Amino acid sequence: MYSASDLKKGLKIEIDGDPCMITNFEFSKPGKGQALYRCKIKNLITGNTFDKTYRSVEKVNKCALMSRDYTFSYIDGENYVFSDNETYEEVTLNEELLGDLKNFIVDDMEVEILFHNDRALDITLPNFVEMEIAETEPGARGDTATNVMKPAKLTNGYEINVPIFINEGDMIRIDTRNGTYSDRVSKG
Amino acid sequence: MRDGPVIARDALMRSIRAFFYERGYTEVETPIRLRTPCMELHIDAEPSGDHFLRTSPEIVHKQLLGAGYTRIFEIGKCFRRGERGPLHHPEYTMLEWYQADADYMDILEETKALICAAAAGRDLRWGEWKILTVSDAFMQHAGWDPAGHYDADRFDIDLVEKVEPAIKRLGGPVVLKDYPVEAAALSRKKPDNPQLAERWELYIDGVEIANAYSELTDPVEQRARFEKCAAQRRAMGAAVYPIDERFIEALGRMQPTGGIALGIDRLLMLLLGKTSLDDVLPFR
Repeated sequence: MYSASDLKKGLKIEIDGDPCMITNFEFSKPGKGQALYRCKIKNLITGNTFDKTYRSVEKVNKCALMSRDYTFSYIDGENYVFSDNETYEEVTLNEELLGDLKNFIVDDMEVEILFHNDRALDITLPNFVEMEIAETEPGARGDTATNVMKPAKLTNGYEINVPIFINEGDMIRIDTRNGTYSDRVSKG
Repeated sequence: MRDGPVIARDALMRSIRAFFYERGYTEVETPIRLRTPCMELHIDAEPSGDHFLRTSPEIVHKQLLGAGYTRIFEIGKCFRRGERGPLHHPEYTMLEWYQADADYMDILEETKALICAAAAGRDLRWGEWKILTVSDAFMQHAGWDPAGHYDADRFDIDLVEKVEPAIKRLGGPVVLKDYPVEAAALSRKKPDNPQLAERWELYIDGVEIANAYSELTDPVEQRARFEKCAAQRRAMGAAVYPIDERFIEALGRMQPTGGIALGIDRLLMLLLGKTSLDDVLPFR
């Protein structure tokens, strides 16, 4: 448990069972009154922010966040199933939690999943993933300019801009942090 | 260097001293280490050996007033344990002054004149002084009147969450006056309404900078308030300080008096247009 006087900006706490983060913090002591700790708090699950004032006698739950390594296993409808690298125990994340990252999950990919108690909150993919181009206009032979881009489709249907020299069947490296083309994977 | 906080503080101190000398005040120096600090519900004193560092010079000043001094002021360090933030520092400079044969509204006029003198030459655009009663401010912004229905916890929370933000939106100097008698601290009751105390707080741009009273001069009532406060502090697990008998005794000899404590560090911060004490305390 934290005391109210331990609170500060950036601290992660648990409120009504949900992990939350203090995004703004103000110590207040109105004339002759009690010490009050005014916080702006973000619920890390819903993303909602709200104001909360703590009295100095109040205690606040610590937020136990833990991340573990998993390997992607299979897709089950809208759910993505991963298995624990050590225990092989499976965990299921839905599309909503994955957001755009779902487009860059490939077979046997190793990921890190952040948990609050037993609830998965967030996933971190490797920074780069190699994927195959399924559709794109043919590139001009010998044109290796990287600043002229054209649309392309990956084998999973994700649309991405690639340089003009990329062809169907090429493997490219994608930066999963922003979902953009990084470079071509050399063949052989 | 020229416009920095060190030079600005020196200029502020000179203008404050000139103001009080001009008005016939005596500058006094009183002990910083006290055997027993003034007991208030939510103020903790820093121990210093077998003494405590003063949280306010009030109980010593009232002994001077009881001895017949009628206009006194002091500028000095006070210490409050565990208070730190953009507007708090555990060691801070307080200006305290008392005027015999005066009440809290006389002190308000004097405070206006002092702030005006201190701000001379600065383009602050603080506008007119606004005066709100605690009852009106709470009715308007928190939907209840604490006078006669005082709830200390609700009062503090609503003050911080609703009333003070409204005072900040008004901007400039705002006086919040006539506190519920339960929050009177060392002020006397209003003669025509015993539910209220003659106490005001001054805010400038939403920052609280001064607290003034028509001083309580009744030793019996003062002792009862201290005893109640001691019981509440004991229940909270806070340190209980013994009652300073010389202070209680001096109250009986005091004339009706108005008095005030004003935070110099915060005033300097506001005069310089800053929002944190970090900008005016070079050794924070």
